[in-house]
Amino acid sequence: MDQNGGSVIAMVGKDCVAIAADLRLGNQALGISGNFQRVFPVTDRIFMGLPGLATDVATLHERFRYRVNMYTIKEGREIEPETFAHLVSSTLYEHRFGPYFIEPVMAGISKTPTGKIKPFIAATDLIGCLNFAKDFVVAGTASTKLYGVAEGLWEPDLEPEDLFETISQTMLNAVDRDAFSGWGAVVHIITADKVITRTLKGRMD
Amino acid sequence: METSFALTGKGYVLIAADTTAARSIVKMKVDEDKIKALGPHLLMAYSGEPGDTVQFAEYVERNIRLYQIRNTYSLRPSAAASWVRRSLAESIRSRHPYSVNLLLGGYDVASHDPHLYWIDYLGTIAEVPFAAHGYGSYFALSLLDRYHKPDASLEEGVETLKRCIAEVAKRLVVSPGTYKVKVVDKDGVREIEI
Repeated sequence: MDQNGGSVIAMVGKDCVAIAADLRLGNQALGISGNFQRVFPVTDRIFMGLPGLATDVATLHERFRYRVNMYTIKEGREIEPETFAHLVSSTLYEHRFGPYFIEPVMAGISKTPTGKIKPFIAATDLIGCLNFAKDFVVAGTASTKLYGVAEGLWEPDLEPEDLFETISQTMLNAVDRDAFSGWGAVVHIITADKVITRTLKGRMD
Repeated sequence: METSFALTGKGYVLIAADTTAARSIVKMKVDEDKIKALGPHLLMAYSGEPGDTVQFAEYVERNIRLYQIRNTYSLRPSAAASWVRRSLAESIRSRHPYSVNLLLGGYDVASHDPHLYWIDYLGTIAEVPFAAHGYGSYFALSLLDRYHKPDASLEEGVETLKRCIAEVAKRLVVSPGTYKVKVVDKDGVREIEI
């Protein structure tokens, strides 16, 4: 997991979710790229972060794109966040004895039958054990640091602008303590009607 | 140990690779070409396990050419890079993986811009403005951080490349003697003297 480095976090806010990741791709201690994308849109309302071995990031992104496209074609509708989480879990468990070295993090928005907004986050380990947290989920080389800062800064029912500040400070300060994460960060704030993506200015060491 | 560098500039990608083929303490050959032209606007420098390198490079070359024969037009650099990456990603979990690291540089004739990809034997891919493989990368990358300009002319790019080569020659214990340098731009692939 520390071959390439990288970390991801997702947080829940008031009728919104946020997902953030750093941009570093390294080869052990040597930095290769400061522009490595590890968070991908799955649907308009679901985003997935893939921290871990970079080759598996690309492979899993392509595999999930295929499986979600097949789901959309067969079902005639977009996949729901919770369903997608289970899809991730089963895909990873298929390789129980030869796993992908990735710990996916998912963030999305769904609507209840009455029309209420339901924010959703989830994470799995590399063999698909699901974690449906109510507050935040973290993964990657800086995960322990992300836990620490998030526990301190997070509070329930943050508005999108406040959630952005909270998740940004969490990411920036956690990766500054980790040698294998950093070199910039990207944050996506997902609300019911739009997604705002911002690139953070952070320490480039 | 095999060293290769590459950088992008205004409408071109410059790739350089050393020309030494060695086994243990013996230099078997001093004029080995480690940069293959995969298509009219695509170059690939390879390094790694001897044997695996040429086998994989030729396999890639043939399949890229097959696509061009079947479809009358060439694969774009990003598509070729994805194909190569997928081949390596499948290889790494097979019984005998290819141990080959690559620098793939191409000029996209549809969008008129150069692209450079750093690919390693695991199937890791990164699109980058400049890149290097081998022990030489530890010296070259910092120089490229400092002196690379994304819109440099070919002459300026060659100057930057020469800095990298000079630094590796000065500081690497087993430094390569000569390098082969190739450039790909809108007019295609050609070798240049430096």
